[in-house]
Amino acid sequence: MSKTIKIKKGFDIKLKGKAETIVGSTPAERLYALKPADFPGLKPKLLVKADDTIKAGSPLFIDKSQPEVVFTSPVSGKVVAINRGERRRILEVEIESDEKFESETFSIAEPKSLKGEQIKDALLKSGLWPFIVQRPFGVVASTKIVPRDIFVSGFDTAPLATDYEFTLASETDTLQAGFDALSKLTTGKVFLGLRQGSKFGSIKGVEINHFDGPHPAGNVGIQIHKTAPINKGDVVWTLSLQAVLFIGRLFKTGKLDLSKTIALAGSEVEKPQYYKVYSGCSVQNLLKGKTQNKVGERIISGNVLTGTQIEPDGYLGFFHNQISVIPEGNQIEAFGWAAPGFTKFSASKTFFSKLLPKKEYILDANLHGGERAFVVSGQYEKVLPMDILPVYLLKSIIVNDFDKMEQLGIYEVLEEDMALCEYVCTSKIEVQEILRKGFSTMLKELA
Amino acid sequence: MFGQGIKNFFDKHRPKFEKGGKLHPFQSVFEGFETFLYVSDATTKKGSHIRDYIDLKRTMIFVVIALVPTLLFGMYNIGFQHFKAIGEIADTSFFEVFIYGFLRVLPSLVVSYLVGLGIEFTFAQIKGHEINEGYLVSGILIPLVLPINTPLWMTAIAVAFSVIIAKEAFGGTGMNIWNPALIARAFLFFAYPSHMSGESVWIRLGDNADKVVDGFSGATPLGLALNGVLDYNIWDAFWGFIPGSVGETSTFAILLGAAFLIITGIGSWKIMLSTTLGALFVGILLNTFAVNAFMEIPFWHHLFLGGFAFGAVFMATDPVSASQTETGKWIYGFLIGVMAIIIRVLNPAYPEGMMLAILLMNTFAPLIDHYVVQGNIRKRIKRATVKVQS
Repeated sequence: MSKTIKIKKGFDIKLKGKAETIVGSTPAERLYALKPADFPGLKPKLLVKADDTIKAGSPLFIDKSQPEVVFTSPVSGKVVAINRGERRRILEVEIESDEKFESETFSIAEPKSLKGEQIKDALLKSGLWPFIVQRPFGVVASTKIVPRDIFVSGFDTAPLATDYEFTLASETDTLQAGFDALSKLTTGKVFLGLRQGSKFGSIKGVEINHFDGPHPAGNVGIQIHKTAPINKGDVVWTLSLQAVLFIGRLFKTGKLDLSKTIALAGSEVEKPQYYKVYSGCSVQNLLKGKTQNKVGERIISGNVLTGTQIEPDGYLGFFHNQISVIPEGNQIEAFGWAAPGFTKFSASKTFFSKLLPKKEYILDANLHGGERAFVVSGQYEKVLPMDILPVYLLKSIIVNDFDKMEQLGIYEVLEEDMALCEYVCTSKIEVQEILRKGFSTMLKELA
Repeated sequence: MFGQGIKNFFDKHRPKFEKGGKLHPFQSVFEGFETFLYVSDATTKKGSHIRDYIDLKRTMIFVVIALVPTLLFGMYNIGFQHFKAIGEIADTSFFEVFIYGFLRVLPSLVVSYLVGLGIEFTFAQIKGHEINEGYLVSGILIPLVLPINTPLWMTAIAVAFSVIIAKEAFGGTGMNIWNPALIARAFLFFAYPSHMSGESVWIRLGDNADKVVDGFSGATPLGLALNGVLDYNIWDAFWGFIPGSVGETSTFAILLGAAFLIITGIGSWKIMLSTTLGALFVGILLNTFAVNAFMEIPFWHHLFLGGFAFGAVFMATDPVSASQTETGKWIYGFLIGVMAIIIRVLNPAYPEGMMLAILLMNTFAPLIDHYVVQGNIRKRIKRATVKVQS
């Protein structure tokens, strides 16, 4: 029973530097890393030390709260360093690749013929399990829970996002295997959200819904809200289409193969296009000579709304399929608040750019103002296609009112769903940070 | 570059204003001027890497721009009413008329900003936060809603009362319950009623008080209507050539501002529209059951008289004191329109009801929002329980 859902609220940020659909060549990266910080709330327990020899799929650390969840190496080689931060918190497990890309051996199987438990074991052992994001709160999926449903979004509407129709279109067979495996993990349905006319429309055994409209229509959270919203007590899982492909590969080849095609995009990239890399790779070679190399570039693993800032020798995040490079914008602007703004892209209608729209704009990481109390109302609602009162939800988090957080829909959102609220905010309020604080307090309260 | 030069200047002098510096008590002033002159180089540290170019300063400045037609016309009308009263309007040039008004309005603007911003800077300093832009708008609104003959010291007291009691006591911009500009006016209205209504407050006669023409009355159309006299030309009221508070007389100038606020998305068209609908609704009811001259005022005239248009466009739409929910805005605005006309026509004590209607609905806005929020919560609970039963 496929539905087409029209989403009116939202906003497409027209950024310059969209990746051209060409896969460029880049020297293989030597260094890789797995970062525990990519998994909110994770307390890792190390299983390796420097100089250990490993293969793709060899365990690096486990989740202290559920030790069966193993985080494995994306490539073969050896552990070079465990980088720690404050209070000896593990920041990165760094791996040097031997450039052989050998994998531990897992069993080849037709997922359809396996039981749910067997699939679960395979995902846990291979280290693919952490790709399953559990809602509410966006944590690593619990091994003790059977989710109500599983949701996958087949497209990404975030600024300059990877186009799966380009990167994954030739792999529908493998994707099908991945979806077959997922369908064994829930007693409910597996939902796949797609754009009308998508190449993935042929995938079987899932309920396909079509979504039309601006960002965040491609966010799985919005798609859940529009099809089968998360109520109190519900647990659902979500995966990126890329992760479904990894799962498919595992069962088809018996190997952990985390190679993927990612977009290198943004106004500061000379020739924005796609590159084939392995998960967790360093971006050093990838970026070398490919950005305009002006002073003050901000390199982001992921998209400009939700991604993580990384150093020029930093690493691609676990869930990220794009690198965005934008100007840092750490310059002042005289009377900036009063400028007519012919070149200033804005969701508001207070700049002349609204009258003379261009196709794309260069946006930098400047705050463009100081933080204030909530003053303007109705602004967040325009970019959040959910039946949620965003400001009231945020205020309930700020005052730590658990009942209200629950009643106002905290189970239904993740940071990415309300990232646009943060972007448009006149008062420069840290929406995503407040939400994460709410999730942590709720997790503690419910634990 | 100009901006960089200014920044270097500020950077050089910053240490003096920081804690322990000689000029520390003026830190908020220093920072206020700094952010006025240039948008800072601060970049995003958490969350979304890109942020919209809009900020509160721009938002507030846009409201001020929307007020400019009203302010300019208000200045002209002060001159116009003056020269009309002394019978010299035909012999006086447009420019002279405007200058007369300009020179009478300017002092109250200056007093309003000096006192208001002075208090804001002081509070920012005491509380150690950045100067908020809220007063940029209140500072121009307050002189516009007062009669021209309000003594400057009264303006100063009203501003102080409103900023301290109605705003800072609640936590500053964004936290206030009532519209600060209206609180200033309400304060004067109740503390010095003889200066806020009657026949002598609306028209500045100055040294020419003995020159007034025969049959001159300085009363507003609504003031006259209260006494059972309907004596006004509705098109004079629309264009604004009637006595009244400085900025409220010209519906036309206010509509220009309204159009600007709606096009730029700064003002809520929902509130403006629903307020108008509420007023028309009661106006029609009153016309239907009219028993006196005031009730017989054609319902649509109410939109052009008194402070209705000014209140609907610039006061009711204040996002902080208005309803915050989109559904709430419809109810809030409609009830303002309803209350304004009821108070205006049916209450013998006050010839104008807009100010009190807005303040009353400011008070009830959180309650309206509460029910809208509860509605959202109930929907969510219902959804959850329906699922359990199935």
